[in-house]
Amino acid sequence: MARIIVVTSGKGGVGKTTTSAAIAMGLAKKGHKTAVIDFDVGLRNLDLIMGCERRVVYDFVNVINQEASLNQALIRDKNCNLLYILPASQTRDKEALSQEGVGRVLDELKKDFKYIVCDSPAGIEKGAHLAMYFADDAFVVTNPEVSSVRDSDRMLGILASKSRRAEQNEEPIKEYLLLTRYSPERVKLGEMLSVDDVQDILSLHLLGVIPESKSVLNSSNSGIPVILDEKSDAGQAYADIVARYLGENRPHRFIDDKKGFFSKLFGSK
Amino acid sequence: MSLLDYFKISKVGSASLAKERLQILVAHERSSRNQPSYLPQLQKELLEVIRKYINVGQDAISVNFEQDENQETLEVNIVLPDLNAKNT
Repeated sequence: MARIIVVTSGKGGVGKTTTSAAIAMGLAKKGHKTAVIDFDVGLRNLDLIMGCERRVVYDFVNVINQEASLNQALIRDKNCNLLYILPASQTRDKEALSQEGVGRVLDELKKDFKYIVCDSPAGIEKGAHLAMYFADDAFVVTNPEVSSVRDSDRMLGILASKSRRAEQNEEPIKEYLLLTRYSPERVKLGEMLSVDDVQDILSLHLLGVIPESKSVLNSSNSGIPVILDEKSDAGQAYADIVARYLGENRPHRFIDDKKGFFSKLFGSK
Repeated sequence: MSLLDYFKISKVGSASLAKERLQILVAHERSSRNQPSYLPQLQKELLEVIRKYINVGQDAISVNFEQDENQETLEVNIVLPDLNAKNT
């Protein structure tokens, strides 16, 4: 049975596209045929993060409007042959998406794919609404920062009341917390909300913590999902998240300040 | 954090303040999430009617909507002014 995952947050710039690219790659690397869809019509960026921006011919809106077939629009990832990308249209606006059209494309994808990852745009308008509407699972990406936490809570309200599952009185969407751009040192100094603080407020199941990491920018610079940087802390954190989502029991990492006494003493980074 | 930092007077971080503000805000926004959209208008009109008869302040009325599995409750609370001030 295929599962639809929405990566959402409400607030922009918290790491939705980075997370979508990483977890889609992680699921595919684990042997599951996975599609990742960019719902940010007019401001597409998933293609750039996945490094396939020069291979886009047809897009999501073309498929919805039946100007191209799904197979024509899907781009096979260069690093993993079980992963496909469906890019957003860059020239249209969000009104080009229709609930009926999105539903039709997802139904077609469900026949062939195990996981369908929907990269939501920021905000709570049409693109974001349609990205979450058909979801089975929601990855709520949150930064340890007041506006992000508030927007995540707003998004949780929308998931619980405006989704297909809510409207049809089915089992609700499973919601997971992904805390990104986390800085254990700043938490220790009392300058940043801790994992526990955020969980106290949102009461969500924690899937994982992604530390603030240089490797995220390095990866997006080169168009390779950060999960493939297996030596990096962020890459390992995303690999843990994928494994936990698939049912493995892995202890949480990157939550505590692990810097040694000497590096603290001399202030090295 | 370097050696010098250990000699600084540690000041209380702002994270606890962030948490406190968020808890209040989120609780408030959750409670109003499922409220019907006519509630503010209802509150305004009720206040107008009451003020025809009794001189109450703008914040003398609170309207609460609560929902559980079996029923929806609309709770209206009106604080009347002191007896002495009643007939003014």
